[in-house]
Amino acid sequence: MVDNVAGLARTGLRDWLVQRVSAVILALYTLFLLGFLLLNPDLQFADWQGLFAQGWFRMFTLLSVLSLAGHAWVGVWGVSTDYIHPYWLRLLFQVVVILALVVFVAWAVEILWGN
Amino acid sequence: MVVLRTVNKKRPVNLDLTSIRFPVPAVASILHRVSGMALFVATPLLLWMLERSLDSADAFDALKATLDGFLAKAVVLAVLAGLLYHLAAGIRHLFMDMHIGDTLEGGRRGAWSAIAVAAVATLLMGVWLW
Repeated sequence: MVDNVAGLARTGLRDWLVQRVSAVILALYTLFLLGFLLLNPDLQFADWQGLFAQGWFRMFTLLSVLSLAGHAWVGVWGVSTDYIHPYWLRLLFQVVVILALVVFVAWAVEILWGN
Repeated sequence: MVVLRTVNKKRPVNLDLTSIRFPVPAVASILHRVSGMALFVATPLLLWMLERSLDSADAFDALKATLDGFLAKAVVLAVLAGLLYHLAAGIRHLFMDMHIGDTLEGGRRGAWSAIAVAAVATLLMGVWLW
C-alpha cells in the first residue's frame, strides 16, 4: 500500500490529494465569484476591475487556475486511461491536454498581470 | 469440458440493452465525468470572457451586450449546469471521503441529492439569467 504522499513518484494517493485540495479551492472560488455576480446584478466595469485589482483576489484567481490545471489533469488522465486504449493515441491526447493546461495558466497570468 | 459447457449454457444472456438500467450512483458518476470534461473544454471560453471583461470599459460593455443574446445565455447556462453539477457531485465525494453517505443506501441518496441540488440550482440560474 502506498502511504507516502510527499514522495517524488507519481502515486494514486498523491493524485487523490491533489484532486481534493484543488477541488476545495475551486469550490470556494466558484462560490465566491457566483455570489459576487448574484449580489451585483447591474455590474459595472469599475467594480469588476476593482475586484481584480486587489492583490489577494489576483492570488486567489491564480491559485484557482493552478488548481484547475492540477484537477483537470487528474480527471482527464483517469478518463483517458479508461476510454482511449491505443497507447499512442492516449499519449497524444494526454500531451495535448497538458499543453492546453499550460496555455490556460499562462493565459490567466497574462490576463491578471499583463497590463 | 462437458461441465463447463453446461455452465456456460445456463448463464443468463441479456442482449436487450433497453432493459438494462444503470443504478443512480452510476448515472451520478458518469455525469460527474461528462461535466468535468465539458468544463475542461469550456475553460478557454471562460478565460476569453475574463480577458474581455478586464480589458477596458468598452470591451466590458461589449461583452455584456454579447451575453445578453439568447444563444449566449443558453451557452452560459449550459456551462453553469455543468459547473453546478460537478460542484454538487464533488461535495458529495468529499462527504463520502469522511464516510458520510458511503453505504449502499447512502450512496443512492447522495447521488439523487447531487442531481436534485444541481437541477434546482441550474433552474434558478436560468431564472436569474432571463
